[in-house]
Amino acid sequence: MAGDEFDVAVVGGGLVGAATSWGLAREGLRVALLDEGDRDVRASRGNFALVWVQSKGLGLAAYAGWTIRSSNAWGGFSDLLKQETGLDVCFQRPGGFHLALSEKELEARASILKRLHAQPGIVDYKTEVLDHSQVARMLPDIGPDVVGASYCSLDGHVNSLRLFRTLHTAINARGVTYLPSHRVETITREGGEFRLHTAKGEVRAAKVALAAGNANMRLAPMVGLEAPMRPERGQIVVTERLRPFLDYPVVTLRQTDEGTVMIGDSKEESTDPSGLTIGVSSTEAERAVRQFPLLANVNVVRTWSAIRVMTQDGFPIYDESESHPGAFVLCCHSGVTLCANHALTVAPMIARGALDKALVAPFSARRFHVQAAG
Amino acid sequence: MFKRLDDTGATVSLKVDGKPIRARAGDTVAGAMLAAGVEHFRTTPVTESPRAPYCLMGVCFDCLVAIDGVGSRQACLIEVREGMAVETQLGKREAGR
Repeated sequence: MAGDEFDVAVVGGGLVGAATSWGLAREGLRVALLDEGDRDVRASRGNFALVWVQSKGLGLAAYAGWTIRSSNAWGGFSDLLKQETGLDVCFQRPGGFHLALSEKELEARASILKRLHAQPGIVDYKTEVLDHSQVARMLPDIGPDVVGASYCSLDGHVNSLRLFRTLHTAINARGVTYLPSHRVETITREGGEFRLHTAKGEVRAAKVALAAGNANMRLAPMVGLEAPMRPERGQIVVTERLRPFLDYPVVTLRQTDEGTVMIGDSKEESTDPSGLTIGVSSTEAERAVRQFPLLANVNVVRTWSAIRVMTQDGFPIYDESESHPGAFVLCCHSGVTLCANHALTVAPMIARGALDKALVAPFSARRFHVQAAG
Repeated sequence: MFKRLDDTGATVSLKVDGKPIRARAGDTVAGAMLAAGVEHFRTTPVTESPRAPYCLMGVCFDCLVAIDGVGSRQACLIEVREGMAVETQLGKREAGR
């Protein structure tokens, strides 16, 4: 691909990079999508697939609004993908639960929600705190240990592996040049264009959008940007396919459209994606059985660990470079939830050449400077 | 389809989908079902296509059946017992059984 010129080079072929590439191609840009190989860290293949709203934004009220914007756009976004590819990513938005297994957990939950919704400038939406019998009306299979739950009608989920495949099918159909095994080593700016150097040659583009997950930390300084990251490991337990019993996703447990139950919301300070901490898996399984006792004898068919893309404060980063005009960085933990925003809102901004401050100014990495000074 | 080469030894009676079959002590559930002429042990969870044992050594999971009320047991790894109730498994297993 050396010598080819593109309007924009997107670095990172995960959910953020693929969604952004699709959005850029829809704006008529010639897009190169540079990805690593299948043996590299693939955060987008290990995620839990929630399109989640409740409890997001404590500490940065704008994040709640940004999340709801994407959640509201998700239905239309999945329809567009289906029209273009014929593939159904199975987006469902029945509302979602966060279950509490003790009074203490329920109080902690209520306290978080109270502080979240009391923040100045927070978007107005409802998350209800329900007791056991109220939860049981919607989730009849909960166990006696479930004390209560929070419920938000805006929460949903998708089939995220199919989302990944669908996005890649869609960008291929729109003529995006997908370049696997193109790990970007360095980025330079010469003669008004960006040159992305890889072991497989150089890719030249007028603009560059960094969507490389935790690797943005390494790449962003090359174009005058910054992306302070704090990777985190999560583990997931997957059961055999079961007849549908769960009509709503729970933040730690959901039944996919094809019947498997995914369990997991663990957090470990680790960057090793290759191992499993068995104690973490067993704790996840034990809590799942207390939440839904009918899972007690179900067979587990897979467990895995994956690295979460996580900024240092957990909120997204969207920035454009002052020293290197045309360079943008996108980092976020919630690549599934925010997928619709990246495709339909952020990509058009990059195509125009400037981020819309009214929408994304709160997500500039400049916020970290304030914290460092304080 | 299958014929026993050695049909000696103690007899064990079990039921498959409510129908009595006769097995030999030491048979696996899968062996007994195949010898009794059962061709399909289950249908797959998503496309519901019929399946029968493939590897007969615990690897392929195509012989899953419900045994005494517990679903998704590997018929090729479990020995027959007198009075055992086996059910072929159609589509997805029901959680809780």
